[in-house]
Amino acid sequence: MIPEIGYFSLVLAMALSLLLCIFPLWGAHTGNLRLMRAAPSLAVGQCLFVLFSFGILIYITLTDDFTVAYVAQNSSSTLPWYYKVTSTWGGHEGAILLWLVMQASWTALVALMSTSLPWVLRARVLGVLGILGVGFMLYTLWMSSPFERLLPYYPVEGRDLNPLLQDPGMIIHPPLLYMGYVGLSVSFSFAIAALLTGKLDNTWAKWSRPWTMAAWGFLTLGITIGSWWAYAELGWGGWWFWDPVENASFMPWLVATALLHSLAVTEKRGVFKSWTVLLAITAFSLCLLGTFIVRSGIIVSVHAFATDPDRGLYILSFLAFVVGGSLALYAFRVSEVRSEGRYKFASREVALWLNNIFLVVATLIVLLGTLLPMIHKELGLGAISIGVPFFNKMFAILIVPFALLLGIGPMLRWKQNKLSTLFPKWAMNVGLALIVTATWLYSSFDEVTPLTFMGTALAVWIVLASIVDLMQKISVQSTFAEGLKRLGLSYWAMQLGHVGLAFVISSVTLTSAYSVERSVSMKPGDVAQLNEYEYRFNGVFPITGPNYQGHAGEVTVFKEGREIVLLHAEKRQYNVGMQFMTEAAIDDGFFRDLYLALGEELSNGAWALRIYHKPYVRWMWLGGLMISLAGFIVLADKRYRRQSKRINKGVTA
Amino acid sequence: MNPRRKKRLFAVVGIIMGLGAAVGLTLYALQENINLFYTPSELVNGKGESHDMPFIGQKLRIGGMVVPGSVKRDDTTLDVEFKLIDTGPMVTIRYQGILPDLFREGQGIVAQGTLIEPTVVQAFEVLAKHDEEYMPAEVAEAVKGIKHEKPTYNLKDTKGDY
Repeated sequence: MIPEIGYFSLVLAMALSLLLCIFPLWGAHTGNLRLMRAAPSLAVGQCLFVLFSFGILIYITLTDDFTVAYVAQNSSSTLPWYYKVTSTWGGHEGAILLWLVMQASWTALVALMSTSLPWVLRARVLGVLGILGVGFMLYTLWMSSPFERLLPYYPVEGRDLNPLLQDPGMIIHPPLLYMGYVGLSVSFSFAIAALLTGKLDNTWAKWSRPWTMAAWGFLTLGITIGSWWAYAELGWGGWWFWDPVENASFMPWLVATALLHSLAVTEKRGVFKSWTVLLAITAFSLCLLGTFIVRSGIIVSVHAFATDPDRGLYILSFLAFVVGGSLALYAFRVSEVRSEGRYKFASREVALWLNNIFLVVATLIVLLGTLLPMIHKELGLGAISIGVPFFNKMFAILIVPFALLLGIGPMLRWKQNKLSTLFPKWAMNVGLALIVTATWLYSSFDEVTPLTFMGTALAVWIVLASIVDLMQKISVQSTFAEGLKRLGLSYWAMQLGHVGLAFVISSVTLTSAYSVERSVSMKPGDVAQLNEYEYRFNGVFPITGPNYQGHAGEVTVFKEGREIVLLHAEKRQYNVGMQFMTEAAIDDGFFRDLYLALGEELSNGAWALRIYHKPYVRWMWLGGLMISLAGFIVLADKRYRRQSKRINKGVTA
Repeated sequence: MNPRRKKRLFAVVGIIMGLGAAVGLTLYALQENINLFYTPSELVNGKGESHDMPFIGQKLRIGGMVVPGSVKRDDTTLDVEFKLIDTGPMVTIRYQGILPDLFREGQGIVAQGTLIEPTVVQAFEVLAKHDEEYMPAEVAEAVKGIKHEKPTYNLKDTKGDY
């Protein structure tokens, strides 16, 4: 009975969603204020029903109702309660429901927080969000319901959550990523609403910007945590594999990054308008494409259509509808858009334009590398794979001009600049960057390749540029304190984001260059040496967890004869499904990670062990956190709050 | 030309040059990094109607079932050797290091590496899917003539060493 209530609640949510995409849009079209005013309550209403339905899925998972197919396939009675909750988004149907929860919540948030928007725009934004909501709810109800029953024959025990997903990182990774994906639908809706209204002015950009920032912040955080999860959980010490699932999240991120830079130009200067709209459409379309790639089964087999044609075809049709519809509208309206501002070549506008070009090129490269193998196979040309070196090489090339630009752009002012005043600063920064990098690298490592030097120097160059720019901005004011006070939160956010990227660049460079690993066979008492650390293998003992058994290898790590840490690398076998899992032991540090994975037992009583030494690997996620934090700091900027207050006053007065 | 047109021209030329450079670089990098997929019989007998054989030194991916009893491991160096099969002849895979958790005899795996002898591949990566019923799609097609299996999990492969 209870699962059926969950299903019925979704049906009600969809009914409200349908009304949400009809009434406000029609009202906005005919100028009927009463119809437009229905939008916020409809949005909140559908959100409540979706949340209720999700609550029911959590409830039936927690109470081990294995008559429900989804629970039987993704949970088990021995699973700890927090992983039971996680299992509600560990499988396909539940993940789509989580997507719906996010979609409905964003829609409700927009409804509640856009009170200062003109009604025509507000109604249209919510109406477009309603259309997207209907698209996903129809999909859930029609072909991907998590509430389907296995009656009359149901299992007494579930198949358990995939052990790979039984990790704290996995609890938060999908919700964060979905917050980002679905959040971009808000930017999309603002763009479509603006196109419908025919008014692409900078107020539109001002409204859209905080939403885009929030979505982008979540997306960044989701990707960062995903990378950390892969590192900690997959047991191979890798942090990015360029596989289609990762690329599916990276492409929207790249375009969203371009979008928020372009939005800044549109808001401040009233130019790049049509381009910004196109980016907003593209960013969300790539989210849908990513969903299609991940959810249709196209990755495992390009022919997945043959087994489950409905799901893949539905998402593909929805994608075609969204992309086709919005691009048609765009083509129809874009000729009316006029740029207002004027600018010279040496201006911030051009720097940000170049930033956008690089990001779009990067997106195209990832898109090509992701889709080409699928298309190649679909055309009957045979199975191919595009190796990791392809992506690595392309990004290593692209990052050079991008990082150089990043050290120049923020110092440029809008409209035009006298380059002659800036050249000395840049020359000084280049010199300083070279000196700092040389000191850093030659004091820490024996061997420095030109490529490693360049990557590190680029990161240092970005940080130096941030510092110089900060000093410059402060020195304009009379006192240091006054200077600090005058800088807005947006400025600090920009600096934090850029420095965060510098951390990522230096970490990727140094980890790739200086990570070492050894696969060794060890008997208890054996000692292996890797860099300046000695690893003494103490032996293996059995372990028992709530839903798994296995053994742990104990290793004591010494540095210069001093004991550093005791590590336990586990090999688990889960009771349900009997899957093996390597649980790596990691000693994390600011400058290096020691990473240990236990392999199999060998015939002579020894064990295979894999030891990694990974310098600066943690800076990557530190940088990722800084970048996402930057997105959230912008939200707190007074500019957006003051703005809404002023408009509210205008309305009441 | 008025300044506005000039700026547009500049923008267009910039885009074209950027795209051109990107396309050139991409094609160059692609050429080196596209790996063809073979099944063991394709590797021995040639692929497709023209029976294209891989050359020694070619980087490739190969997928098949691990032949039961064929896994030989050197306890001190961690060198592993095993045989892969689909419907026809067997191919030997050599690998150094620890195999993925789900590597088991009789199971489907995909290896990535270099062909060093006509029927020997030196792998730098061995992939096994995290699902006991999983078989690489290409292998399933070759072995059973089944076109595809429905994926139970939408998960990354567990990665081998590289």
